[in-house]
Amino acid sequence: MHQTTYHRASSLSEAVKLLNDADDGKYVAGGQTLIPTMKQRLAAPSDLVDLRHIADLKGIEISGDKVKIGAAATHAEVAEDKALAKACPAISHLATHIGDPHVRHMGTIGGSIANNDPAADYPAALLALNATVHTNKREISADDFFVDLFETALEDDEIITAVSFTLPEKAGYAKFPNPASRYALTGVFVAKRADGVRAAVTGAGENGVFRADPIEQALASSFDASALDGITIPADSLMTDIHASAEYRANLVAVMAKRAVQAANG
Amino acid sequence: MAEISMTVNGRKVTGTVEDRTLLVHFLRENQGLTGTHVGCDTSQCGACVVHLDGKAVKSCSMLAAQASGSDVLTIEGLAEGGELHPVQAAFKEHHGLQCGFCTPGMIMAAADMIRRHPQGLDEKTVRAELEGNICRCTGYHNIVKAVLAASEAMSGKAKAA
Repeated sequence: MHQTTYHRASSLSEAVKLLNDADDGKYVAGGQTLIPTMKQRLAAPSDLVDLRHIADLKGIEISGDKVKIGAAATHAEVAEDKALAKACPAISHLATHIGDPHVRHMGTIGGSIANNDPAADYPAALLALNATVHTNKREISADDFFVDLFETALEDDEIITAVSFTLPEKAGYAKFPNPASRYALTGVFVAKRADGVRAAVTGAGENGVFRADPIEQALASSFDASALDGITIPADSLMTDIHASAEYRANLVAVMAKRAVQAANG
Repeated sequence: MAEISMTVNGRKVTGTVEDRTLLVHFLRENQGLTGTHVGCDTSQCGACVVHLDGKAVKSCSMLAAQASGSDVLTIEGLAEGGELHPVQAAFKEHHGLQCGFCTPGMIMAAADMIRRHPQGLDEKTVRAELEGNICRCTGYHNIVKAVLAASEAMSGKAKAA
């Protein structure tokens, strides 16, 4: 790892100041991507500003049909929250299957979406749930937040404070994990509401997470896995890498979408 | 340089380290606690698992400075008064190791797993929970047996207490 200078912020304003005073600083939350990336010298920030101890970023609140998850909530905290598991089991299920137990004790929802890894789980959930990303400056819809591979709408010194969404009627998530990394080779999150169905795909798109129109249309009339029988997902804008071809992923999108709908229908 | 202080195995320790020092290197090189191993250095193998404020984490994937102010428990701090911790005893009894390199991480992961499942564990859960710990010798069978036995011994102990 290259040299870096560590700072611990106790408030959002302190964190912003520390970052703006740095030459080439980066925020760190759980660090489960950033620290390994720095070890490989693929990232070399001059300064790290630790957000893990800022009280404002913690907590999971459910009031009525609104859910708000603090950006510093770890995957384990999301997975273990009993009220959330009752209100939206799909998101608990998703959090339970990120990485491994040790990673889940450190990694945070805010860190995951800020990184926007094209194979991360949370981006699919946020996009399908039509979630809002709250920052220290504004609110950003998930539609606008996820821009491209590892790219979001965040400005350099902007900090995610929470994510919020309205509870859907039903939701489900299914992923085909890469057996070594547990990242999604393809993952599909479906959410059904009175005004329609949103289905978001992670792990497969060349430009990161995306909504799958053919799946949304097929499920709009009948929210049942059988509505997806024989569906074809175009492989055009899907990823090909050492793990799977675009065509293989296209098939996985349909298979995972079916499983997600089955999970949603319990 | 970062001035850090933390509690390691119940003892208050302080140190001056480069900011980029990983927690595992602080434990091994500054504290001489070489029970915590570096297996893969790519955050996958779990040989470096320690407990940070009571929760299992990978000490190769965090800076020592991030752990400053925290309570750290390593494999050296698990046994009390010369008596093996029930998880250590179960690994010995069930031969849950061959070369032993992954064992400290396995035992710290198992102790954390048992803490999070006070109602008990089954084989499927243990295997799923061991996702973050790699063993290249045993094929995991005896590790799983040891974790199950420890879970039972510890819940029995809890009931008796």
